[in-house]
Amino acid sequence: MAAVTALRSSCRAAGRLVCIHRVRSCSSIRFIKSKYVCVFDKSALKFSHQQRLFRTSAVSCGQIVQFKLSDIGEGITEVTVKEWYIKEGDSVSQFDSICEVQSDKASVTITSRYDGIIRKLHYNLDEIAYVGKPLVDIEIDASKGVAPEEDVVETPPMSHEEHTHQEIKGHKTLATPAVRRLAMENNIKLSEVVGTGKDNRILKEDILNYLAKQTGAILPPSPKAEIIPPLPKSETVPAAPKDKARKIPVPVSRPVVFSGKDKTEPITGFHKAMVKTMSAALKIPHFGYCDEIDLTQLVQLREELKPLAQIRGVKLSFMPFFIKAASLGLLQYPVLNASLDESCQNVTYKASHNIGVAMDTEQGLIVPNVKNVQVCSVFEIASELNRLQSLGSAGQLGTNDLTGGTFTLSNIGTIGGTYAKPVILPPEVAIGALGKIQVLPRFNGKGEVFKAQIMNVSWSADHRIIDGATMARFSNLWKSYLENPASMLLDLK
Amino acid sequence: MVLQSSLKNCLHLSYILRTPKAGFRSTTSGSLIIQSTSNDVYQNLAVEDWIHDHMNLENRQVLFLWRNSPAVVIGRHQNPWQECNLRLLRQKNIKLARRRSGGGTVYHDLGNINLTFFTTRKKYERMENLKLVVKALKALRPQLDVHVTDRYDILLDRQYKISGTAAKLGRTAAYHHCTLLCNADKFVLSSVLKSPYKGLKSNATPSVPASVKNLFEEDPSLTCEMLLDAIAEEYATQHQIDHRITFNPADETVLPGINNKTKELQTWDWVYGKTPKFSVSTCFNMVYKDSVLDVKVDMDVKHGRIEVCNIDLPEQWLPSALCGELVKSLTGSKFCPNETSTLATTLLRVCPQDDELHSRWNLLCENMIMLM
Repeated sequence: MAAVTALRSSCRAAGRLVCIHRVRSCSSIRFIKSKYVCVFDKSALKFSHQQRLFRTSAVSCGQIVQFKLSDIGEGITEVTVKEWYIKEGDSVSQFDSICEVQSDKASVTITSRYDGIIRKLHYNLDEIAYVGKPLVDIEIDASKGVAPEEDVVETPPMSHEEHTHQEIKGHKTLATPAVRRLAMENNIKLSEVVGTGKDNRILKEDILNYLAKQTGAILPPSPKAEIIPPLPKSETVPAAPKDKARKIPVPVSRPVVFSGKDKTEPITGFHKAMVKTMSAALKIPHFGYCDEIDLTQLVQLREELKPLAQIRGVKLSFMPFFIKAASLGLLQYPVLNASLDESCQNVTYKASHNIGVAMDTEQGLIVPNVKNVQVCSVFEIASELNRLQSLGSAGQLGTNDLTGGTFTLSNIGTIGGTYAKPVILPPEVAIGALGKIQVLPRFNGKGEVFKAQIMNVSWSADHRIIDGATMARFSNLWKSYLENPASMLLDLK
Repeated sequence: MVLQSSLKNCLHLSYILRTPKAGFRSTTSGSLIIQSTSNDVYQNLAVEDWIHDHMNLENRQVLFLWRNSPAVVIGRHQNPWQECNLRLLRQKNIKLARRRSGGGTVYHDLGNINLTFFTTRKKYERMENLKLVVKALKALRPQLDVHVTDRYDILLDRQYKISGTAAKLGRTAAYHHCTLLCNADKFVLSSVLKSPYKGLKSNATPSVPASVKNLFEEDPSLTCEMLLDAIAEEYATQHQIDHRITFNPADETVLPGINNKTKELQTWDWVYGKTPKFSVSTCFNMVYKDSVLDVKVDMDVKHGRIEVCNIDLPEQWLPSALCGELVKSLTGSKFCPNETSTLATTLLRVCPQDDELHSRWNLLCENMIMLM
């Protein structure tokens, strides 16, 4: 009994609704079973073990149908095939997009009339295809019916199936399995729908019209018409029948099946380059040093200076201060602005402080740098940052802006986080990651609690030429400039 | 008289249809005239997609009126590198969009109006639509010499193209859209539609260049609004509609799912990645210090990505290992200046730290970027 039930459901179509009430009419089942045996060859019975048809293996027991290119309109007889959405061996459902053809400024999406597997593509890209001639060969699962439409060429092999259903149900309604399912999903009694097909057959359009009248809506009634999220690759998104493969109402005891698939993509372009860079970076022996900075005074200073910068047309963030303070620190500890050659024989102390600023773009991480910070004012740094940021977001940074960096700061705090473990970007020897500014309670000199603007910094340095003490002293100097911005005035050149 | 009404707090367009306007009978035909309040080319193209995918056009037809801020729109199967000056577009911040209909490349700005005629696939009839437009123009200005050619263009004075056409046919729905030049910037138009890229070979649909003229030049009293009104009026008469609906294409309550469609039209994979396979075979000169070098480049680009890359440099100008690295990294990466510059500069970090080497590398990469 169970086997027969399964056979019946699989014969309906992969993934379609199994009508519970049909299972009950046992007497008729035997009748159908024998009918099926007459029609099919033995191999159809293989499907009896599955309620859901997975088309991973090429079980070619179905019949090959030649899907012909239907009339385009306007008397057009030939078109050019511009894009194939499927390839030989792919399975398609009715209404899936097969290809895109073009004729005289009109682009036409050809959709499949059948469910099945693509067995042959009759044209290559840019070839001329003719209306009325075969476009693709589709192998239809022999147990399924071919949805009858006005201009179908082959006689559906399963037309008697529908008559049989009619007898079981006790209704006189003629409708294909796809149409029945659509009706079922929308809780429509087929007896209430006016059929406009042959022999008063109910077509999909009839169901949609019935629903439109009900809700008064222009939109396709089924919420399952996958508007969000859009289905990949298909140009047209018709109503429900499309997702029949994914929506099987399941009896309570059956576990939920996750049908997601792993997706493998090659690593290309920019990411390939990052792989190289980061692998090289890992060869550098990193050590980390972290600290906490009280930015209360800097926050206040920036508030005062922001409008002044605005008048000059520049947006002033905290970064220009961080960058300038870093440059002042590098003047005292030039080893942090150096570069080690490949053989680790020589250290080059770079004269220019070209401080890189890590930017997050659509592509990923890019690090443009501000050149010669040692001779720039905070305002100049701010305006240069503005320029780099707008070019970065437009994707128009030039090679000059992206090369020649000697030291890097990464303001990951704008996204979030406190402490980080940044990776040094070769050929540099140090990098700093700045966390977010948080308002935290701290004790002042008098032992009173006050609201402090605290930011965390995490430095990484190349332990081959930089030692912890140097890093700590540099960090302390940088910290003192930021905690007491007025002290920067003493050392600004 | 065609009344204008705007969609404020209403949900679906159907709601508007069911609410009879005070003093006016509701539409008998069910057909609609709708106008977008947005000038964003991606949003407006998304509206076309949305109507094509979701609206039931069995018993109704729709006329969609829209205008865009400066943008170049290429046809579904075209090659943007072949069709326009991408460098100039980036500089001038002119958007590039790929529409889903076929046909050639057009330049849109606020001086150009766009009309889309939606019907079922069976009622797809471009000539009728264009004749409607011509009829409207003649009703507005009887002295205008405008006619429809058999290539579905509208010509002014038998010479100048003022309208181009394209169409998209789906399983059940179809649309035909066309432009109409009222007062577009012809100077920008001709400069952006000229491609500087040499050595491109492809099977993409080529555009057929034509001399264009603005209707404004023929009759300075004409404005875009007048043209839109005249065409809407004619359509309304032919389809028994008494009002025009304006709406915001970003409104999810009116058009559920529209923002996803808008986003998809803006992705690199759609705009550039849908370019049919093409090859680039070109050479250029590089001036370095006191010498001029000849460089030959051959690339195959598929889905907008470099499938095969070959760079022929004078011997030993760059260490061959380095050159090999560049070629290897370019293979598989997007044929895009941004991708190439970030890729090249990132690679530089793992090269020997030699200023001379760096400046040669940068020079080569900049020239490569000029090809994209």
